[in-house]
Amino acid sequence: MNSTKEVLVFAEQNGGEIHPISFELLGKGRELADKLGGVLSSVLLGDKIAGVATELIYHGADRVYLYDHVIFHDLDLLNYKHNLVRLAREIKPEIFLLGATHWGRSLGARVAVALGTGLTADCTGLEIDRDGNFIQIRPAFSGNVLAHIRTKTKPQMATVRYKVMRSRPRDVNRKGEIIEKKTEVIPSLLAIAHQEKRDEVNIAEAEVIVSGGAGLKKAEDFSLLADLAGLLGATVGASRPPVDSGWIGREHQVGFSGNTVKPKIYLACGISGSSQHLAGMRESDVIIAINTDPSAPIFKVADYGIVGDLYEVVPKLITRIKRCRS
Amino acid sequence: MRIIVPIKQVPDMNQVKFDVAGGRVDRSSAGVEINPFDLNALEAAVQIKENVGGTVTVISMGPRRAVTSLRDALARGADDAVLLEDRKFAGADTLATSYTIACAIRKLGAFDLIICGEKTVDGDTGQVGAEIAEHLNIPHIAHVSWFELSAKKIVAQCEIGGRACTVESPVPVLLTLTKDVNIPRLPSFRDKAKARQVAVEVWGARELAGYADIKWCGVRGSPTRVHRVIIPSDENRKGRIFRNTIDEAIDEIAAGPLRHLN
Repeated sequence: MNSTKEVLVFAEQNGGEIHPISFELLGKGRELADKLGGVLSSVLLGDKIAGVATELIYHGADRVYLYDHVIFHDLDLLNYKHNLVRLAREIKPEIFLLGATHWGRSLGARVAVALGTGLTADCTGLEIDRDGNFIQIRPAFSGNVLAHIRTKTKPQMATVRYKVMRSRPRDVNRKGEIIEKKTEVIPSLLAIAHQEKRDEVNIAEAEVIVSGGAGLKKAEDFSLLADLAGLLGATVGASRPPVDSGWIGREHQVGFSGNTVKPKIYLACGISGSSQHLAGMRESDVIIAINTDPSAPIFKVADYGIVGDLYEVVPKLITRIKRCRS
Repeated sequence: MRIIVPIKQVPDMNQVKFDVAGGRVDRSSAGVEINPFDLNALEAAVQIKENVGGTVTVISMGPRRAVTSLRDALARGADDAVLLEDRKFAGADTLATSYTIACAIRKLGAFDLIICGEKTVDGDTGQVGAEIAEHLNIPHIAHVSWFELSAKKIVAQCEIGGRACTVESPVPVLLTLTKDVNIPRLPSFRDKAKARQVAVEVWGARELAGYADIKWCGVRGSPTRVHRVIIPSDENRKGRIFRNTIDEAIDEIAAGPLRHLN
């Protein structure tokens, strides 16, 4: 495919709400489009979604391709894919970005195959190098390595990890075009019977996390961590062993098989720091670790490490914080 | 019920070593195993077979050594196994991998279900399952934490957009499963002995002629390429370690990073 220098961003929405990752992609996309001397556009598909299209312009898009149709009310994979593929074939973007959410990754994979193009998964970095090549940077080997990837075909597609790129401040004076596109409907083989918004823990959004691991002796001891978490406005997390033992729900799990988190502070209590766990939290701004074993791998990634028993340290920390505040 | 389970042989991530200076993954430093996420897929397939009857075929694209993982899968309940092995398949990215596997699945004939693990521990993309579905022009449901088969229909629970969704699909369909879905069984000695009697079919480019156009396989068929690998170090971490000075540690942490939290 020949391509114009257009950077296309998939604006993910569900139930009429745009997922914040869309704004992060626009933030990064703006930078890429500027380097390429091109246009930043966004594609928004949804039902009765026209009202939020301007948000994409306010966050940096020059242009929004709007597909407003009842078929997009449910997350109908095949209809979303079909229309994204039609658009990409028509506008021939240089780069096409989606969020690395479950939806974005699932959709992106099918779109890439339909377009016969490369897709790089879960990128944590995107750059245009000195020679104008688009470099996609992503973790591999359970987060132990960073691979720099290049794509030979167009569009160069990537899914991008949430909470890594920076969105631009919302500017209501930004002007752009909203182009209404005609939706082509294909048979929906999949039916979404039921959607339930989870009002529980969303640990991926947490700014502070107090996490417990195999160093905990019993399920009830999570209440000690919950006390500390309460004082810090934190969410309680866990490594895999307590989750596998049924002591706490999987929605609290941090790690390669659980959630990837990027809080300002991650407090690891009685967690050894297996590479499986580190893959989920090593990008935290500040890592504080408490473990009785001085050779625990968690200490290699900690900003502050306490070699000690969490049953002694956590209560002392709670007391100290309460004292600071009174 | 004909169920196909693509599996991958991966390094044992607890053993594999990384060469920071050389920027390489030393694959020879570790043993190999079935990708842990694929074990959940295989377990789900075998449970269906045990409940409603049918066959489970495992298929893997890899070097000859991957036969050991296919035998392991046979010992865990698969009925037959196919290895896709050819130098022309090597160096494949997800597009070329999914294409090659999809072509082999077409050669296997009609099927009801393809069940995949969520992702691999080395590639980490989570893309190949969805891509196979697109190549085969069948629907897929990803990140399934629970599912049920009823009268040629799958009902599955998955998470999309932060919401728990119940999705229905006719068969044939491809599912990618999370680890929540089951606890994989371990093979017994008797299972392993029985597995050794089963022939693993090996298909190369020649066996896939008529199904696969070789230019879409392997390195040739891969639009993405790894340009460089960096093993990150954690040198920018402060690394203040306190031993035997718990009170001092607590003072510093409470006054430092935890100071501004409400």
